[in-house]
Parts: sequence; C-alpha cells; structure tokens
Amino acid sequence: MITASNITHQHNGKPVLKDVSVQIPGGGITALVGPNGAGKSTLLSLIARLQPLQSGQVLVNGLDVQTTPARNMARTLAILPQTTEVTPRLTVAELVGFGRYPHHRGRPGPQDVAKVDEAIETFDLTDFRDRPLDSLSGGQRQRAFVAMVFAQDTEYVLLDEPLNNLDIAASRSLMQTLQGLTRDHGRTVVIVLHDINYACAYADTMITLTDGRLGPCGTPGDIVSDAMMQQVFRTDARILRVGDRVLVEA
Amino acid sequence: MRTLRLEIWVGLGVILALSVVSLGVGVIKLSWEQAFSDPEALRVLIVIRLPRTLAVLITGAVLAMAGIILQAIVRNRFVEPMTTGTGQGAALGILLATILIPTAPLILRMGLAATTALAASLGFLAIVRRLPVTQPLLVPLVGLIYGALLGAVSVFFAYQFDLQQSIAIWTTGEFSGVLKGRYELLWLAALAGGLVYLIADQLAIIGMGQTMATGLGVNYWQIMAAGLLVISLVTALTVVTVGMIPFVGLVVPNIISRRYGDNLRQTLPLVALTGAGLVLISDILGRILRFPFEIPVGSVFGVIGAVFFLMILYSRSRSAY
Repeated sequence: MITASNITHQHNGKPVLKDVSVQIPGGGITALVGPNGAGKSTLLSLIARLQPLQSGQVLVNGLDVQTTPARNMARTLAILPQTTEVTPRLTVAELVGFGRYPHHRGRPGPQDVAKVDEAIETFDLTDFRDRPLDSLSGGQRQRAFVAMVFAQDTEYVLLDEPLNNLDIAASRSLMQTLQGLTRDHGRTVVIVLHDINYACAYADTMITLTDGRLGPCGTPGDIVSDAMMQQVFRTDARILRVGDRVLVEA
Repeated sequence: MRTLRLEIWVGLGVILALSVVSLGVGVIKLSWEQAFSDPEALRVLIVIRLPRTLAVLITGAVLAMAGIILQAIVRNRFVEPMTTGTGQGAALGILLATILIPTAPLILRMGLAATTALAASLGFLAIVRRLPVTQPLLVPLVGLIYGALLGAVSVFFAYQFDLQQSIAIWTTGEFSGVLKGRYELLWLAALAGGLVYLIADQLAIIGMGQTMATGLGVNYWQIMAAGLLVISLVTALTVVTVGMIPFVGLVVPNIISRRYGDNLRQTLPLVALTGAGLVLISDILGRILRFPFEIPVGSVFGVIGAVFFLMILYSRSRSAY
C-alpha cells in the first residue's frame, strides 16, 4: 500500500498539488488520470522520490520515501524510465542486468544471473539478448526496460506516460505485459496515463486529479460517468458501456 | 553476458610491443646488447626511456578514463576535461601557485591546481545544466568557449608576471622533459584511475540519467562528486607533469563506446588501454617524424583527434545517441 498524505507542491511559485491525500492499494494496476497540468506526473515523481517533498509524507509499505536508504527503497519500488529519453548503449542483457544492481551492488551472484535470464525469457527477449537496445523497435525496447524493472524484483513499479510515442499495437502489448506483471507476478503497477480509454480498459483502480486536487477515485466502471468527465476533464464526452467495459467518446 | 577478455589481452600485447619500440627510440642510439653490457646505456634506459614510456602510458590511460567519466556525468559524448575548462582550470591553478606560493612544496601547488580544476569543472556543469537538452551540440561548443576564456585569464596573468613560457609548457603536452624523479606524481593519477573501476557500475547508471539512478538506488550526487573529483585530480596531475593533451578524452571513449557500448565495468579497462596505446603511438611518431627533433605529443594527437572529432560530428545523424 502506498499512502500519500497532505501533499502540497509548488513549481516556480505556482501550486501544482494542493493538499492531496490518497491511498494506492497493493496489487493490480492503478492509473493516475487527469487533464494536462493536473499534477499527475508530479504526484508520481514525488512517490518515486524523483524530487524532494515540500510538505506531506509518502509511505510505501510503511517506508518513508524521504528517509529510507536509497538501496532499500530501490528494492521496494522501481521506476520505469521514459524510453523517449536517450537510449543507453547497452545490450538487452546488460540493461536487464542493471535491474539487479540494488541487490548485488556490483557483484552479481548466481541468483542474479538466474533472475536476469528469467526476466529475458518472461518478456520474450531471448532472441534479442545480445542485441544493442538502439537496434530494436520502440516496442521491443520498451519491453526490455520492463524486463529490467521485473528483474529488479520490487513490489511496486511506477511508470510515467509510457505510451507516448508508441503505436496502438505496442501500446496494447505494453499494457497487457503490465497486466501480466500484476496478475502472474503479484506486482503493483502505478501508471500515469494520458488516454483515459487505456485507463478504462486496463486499470483496476483509477485516481483522478484536476488542478492539483484529488477527484473521484475507484474502479473505472464505478467512477467514469458523464458528470465525472465534465468535472475532471471539462468536456462533454459521452460514455459508452459495452458489457462491463467503459469507453469514452473521442 | 558479453565479456571483452580477448580484446583486453590483445590490447595488453599491443601496448607491450609499443613499449619495446618506445624504449628503443631516442637520440642516443641503443641496442639490446648494450643495455646489458654498457652501464651508461642502462642508465639512459632507466632514467630517461622507461620513465617516459610509463608516463605516456599512464597519461593516455587516465585521460581517456577522465573523458568517459565526464561524458557519463554530463550525458554528452562531445565533452572531455581538456577542452571544457578542467584542463585550463588546472593550468590557471598551477600558474597562480607559481605566482603566489613559489616556494611551497610541489604537492601543495599540485593541490591548488586540482582545486581550481574542480572549481572549473563545477562551473562548466552549472552552465551546461541551463542549456536546452534538445541542443546536445551546444554543450561542447559552450565548453570550448568556457575553456578558452579560462585559458585567456591564464595568459593575462602569465603576461603580467612574465611567465608565458611556463604557460606554454603546461598547455602543450609533451614528454621530452620526463625523467626519473620528475614524473612520479603520475602514479597518483594511475591510482585514482584504478579506483574508478570500483564505481564503474554507478557511473554507468548515472550516465543513464537521474531517474534511472534514483530508481536503482544509486546516490546520483555522491557518484557525480566522486567522478568530478577523479577528473579534476587526474587532469591537474597530468597538466602539471606533462602538460595538456587535448582530444584523448574525446576520441578514445567514442571509439570504444561506439563499438562496445557503455557497460563501463566491461569497457573501462579497454578505454584505458586504448588511450595508453594511442598516446604512445603519438609520442613515438612525435619522436621519429622530425628526428632528431621532437614534435610535442599534443600536436600529433591533436591532428589525429581533430580529424576524428569532425568525423564523429558529421556521422551523428547515422548513429546518434
């Protein structure tokens, strides 16, 4: 369980988050959604300790992200970096190997090697094992990063808008992979999503933010409604229900 | 996992062969029989040729390593300490030491040079952090201007105190002045270079960015500080002992990284060996091209390096990182 309490954050004197308190349950996929500038990426980066908290507190399984030693935190919570950044000059196996760093600190043992092999196999990367990352397609590279995070063996995996620059096939494949992480491997995924339809389709829990304040939270089926679209996104998109699935009109 | 054992053995072999050549090249003619029979010839070997060869190898290795460390820290492949202010900072420091505390022991003057080198590197980082990330080529350009500015400050003081000759010695890398007893500080640089291997993984991780470092539990600022300290120390030691040799830190890491990637635990030894080998080749060439006169190694490597740098710049679009 991730507990964020009374998070207030300013960027260049402008308030980004206003007294946000939220609990993210263990297990499943939790999506942070909201319009641009709502503060969802900031909230994620504060949970991921990528920037210091200005006020409030974040506990991950009871560990305070501000005070817990970096190495312990790195064995509880992993961050999937945005692959739109510079691609490191590493092979797939080398990248996945770095996922074990918090465990072995530079001296990989047999169980680290086994874990890397397992990650490579689980994510169908065996054929690319010794290929440089920059020779792979965007989707394959994304999978290699997910494999690295998998090898890191943390209960929590955080992602900030990973679907940027991915086409529909790669996006769906990544979301299904993340679903596999939660269902088959008991991980908890927290993800910032731009596209509310992906959140509706894959998230178990949805947390909405508007103007730095918390909006409705719950399962997509429960909270997504015409009124919620108006309140959170300020648009009059209609909601279509197909069986137990929710779709938002584009 | 890919290992580079074969490459490292080949590199060691090449360096051994080059070292033998280097021991044999010089104004005083030497044959191998003489070295064992003639005490005067043996003295030439031990006092001049061997120290020079060792100094070249250490300098080449540590400059190449300093280059790849700075590139990981700045996350830009076109920077190296000798062209982005660190080298100029070290030269300024040793100049100030010569003016202000001329009678102080060498280690103290050396310390001042390392301190100004560190301050210059921090200044460079502070400037670079403000540059837009979408313009990676601005970083080396700003670095060149920054380095030239610091160099101009040195020249100004040197002019005021009539020390232009000394400045020329520190800014032009060459090994003809190396004698037994006058290069041993370089072993300190070799030690610092060896210690870098202990944080090879952490450096590779911070080279992938702050998010990656935080995610993997690496203390970004601590490793950055350690890296900068090594760069400044190594640069100051080489500038004071043999002078500035530009481009080694730029060319060598780019060759190795392009071919073998950036898993520093694997590639650092190869970077060091390649740096040592290329600088030794330059030094041998510098000794024989105008025999019996010498061309400074910095000039020889500068010609090779400048051509290579242009090649990297123009081939960027094909395999840009």
